[in-house]
Amino acid sequence: MREAVHIGREPSPRPDLDELMTLVAQGDQDAFAALYDALAGSVLGVARGVLRDRAQSEEVAQEVLVEVWRTAARYRADRGTAVNWVLTLAHRRAVDRVRSVEAAAARDHRAALLDRTTAHDEVTEQVEVRLEHEQVRRCLRTLTEVQHQSVTLAYYRGLTYREVAELLSVPLGTVKTRLRDGLIRLRDCLGVTA
Amino acid sequence: MRTIDLHTLTGAYALHALDDEDRAAFEHHLRDCPSCAQEVRELAATAVRLGIAAATPPPPALKDEVMRRIAAVRQEPPPTAAPARSAVRRAGAARLPRWALAACLAAAAALGGTTVWQYDRARDARAEASRAEQRTQRIAEVVAAPDARTRTEALGGGARATVVVSQSRDEAVFAASGLAEPPSGKVYQLWFDDGGTMRPAGLMDPARGSGAVLMEGRVGDAAGMGVTVEPAGGSERPTSAPLALVEFPV
Repeated sequence: MREAVHIGREPSPRPDLDELMTLVAQGDQDAFAALYDALAGSVLGVARGVLRDRAQSEEVAQEVLVEVWRTAARYRADRGTAVNWVLTLAHRRAVDRVRSVEAAAARDHRAALLDRTTAHDEVTEQVEVRLEHEQVRRCLRTLTEVQHQSVTLAYYRGLTYREVAELLSVPLGTVKTRLRDGLIRLRDCLGVTA
Repeated sequence: MRTIDLHTLTGAYALHALDDEDRAAFEHHLRDCPSCAQEVRELAATAVRLGIAAATPPPPALKDEVMRRIAAVRQEPPPTAAPARSAVRRAGAARLPRWALAACLAAAAALGGTTVWQYDRARDARAEASRAEQRTQRIAEVVAAPDARTRTEALGGGARATVVVSQSRDEAVFAASGLAEPPSGKVYQLWFDDGGTMRPAGLMDPARGSGAVLMEGRVGDAAGMGVTVEPAGGSERPTSAPLALVEFPV
């Protein structure tokens, strides 16, 4: 696999984002601009991974960011960081979009699946190359192959666990547990607390 | 699904990898399982780290567009009764959400808003509930906006179309009653009418039972809206004569 050059840029998070969110909830547009600078790249990255299409992912990113502004008062600092709130919303919206498009199009399920995912090993490779954070890349490598592929396809491509099972030709129960134990291993490797 | 199975869904849930039915079952379980809830929080925060790592530089125009849009979008008031934090906010905004929900339902009833069309896929009501609630909430906000204006047009064949426009929110809601189910492989698509140029405003999803949909995108300078029948998935531009054209009320 090609090794990506690691760019020593920290896209986020900065500790003051939670405070910014409080200001945003009070209608402070400058605070929102600062929040945008910190998070728009990640929001777009999440949407781009799931939707693939440049125009659609920019559209979803835009919708998400406007929704953050509109619903900022719902953000509760005691339930998690602003970064978590915004990026969870971004992923949810991207996934909603891709699934509604598929439902509306009533495309052949299998064709849709394959359309969205080139070969899965290629997907995981593309994803790794794009990742900016050495730590995340390193931790992804500590997963087993099935854990790695399951987590990557679900998060970065927005597949349901049933679709992941179908694509990898493994039983549903296996995917369920791999998604969980894969994420648990990542959590421990990254030292995530919540 | 057995409880032991449900517990293993924490990972899939945190990754938004459950379909509606499983999600509803799991969320039901989550209410009585504090350890699951804690695990979900941690795994969701882990998923966020994957998102941060995938950052990609946004085009400069995106920021301009977002900043332009937020300047025109009114923010929601805090969800609980909190002291007014912004003097700019009009008094009317504080009455959400319960009041607005009632207003929306009343409006829907007044419009004769029965189910728009039959849909055959019986969906788990719980699965749809939370998303429906969000949609209802946004629709309610438009309908309850102090400057909301409504217009109803007969579409022929007993069908009626109603649009509700709020200039302050820059959003519009479309509702239809008595519309036939679209032909197989077709969908109803909504459009904003920008002085004769049709701008896509989303699809009516027959799988969603609500008669009212929030039109996608801003109202902007649109003078009205239209509905066409399009191939599944929708079109960039209308490919058929409009089923309905409704001027926005002023």
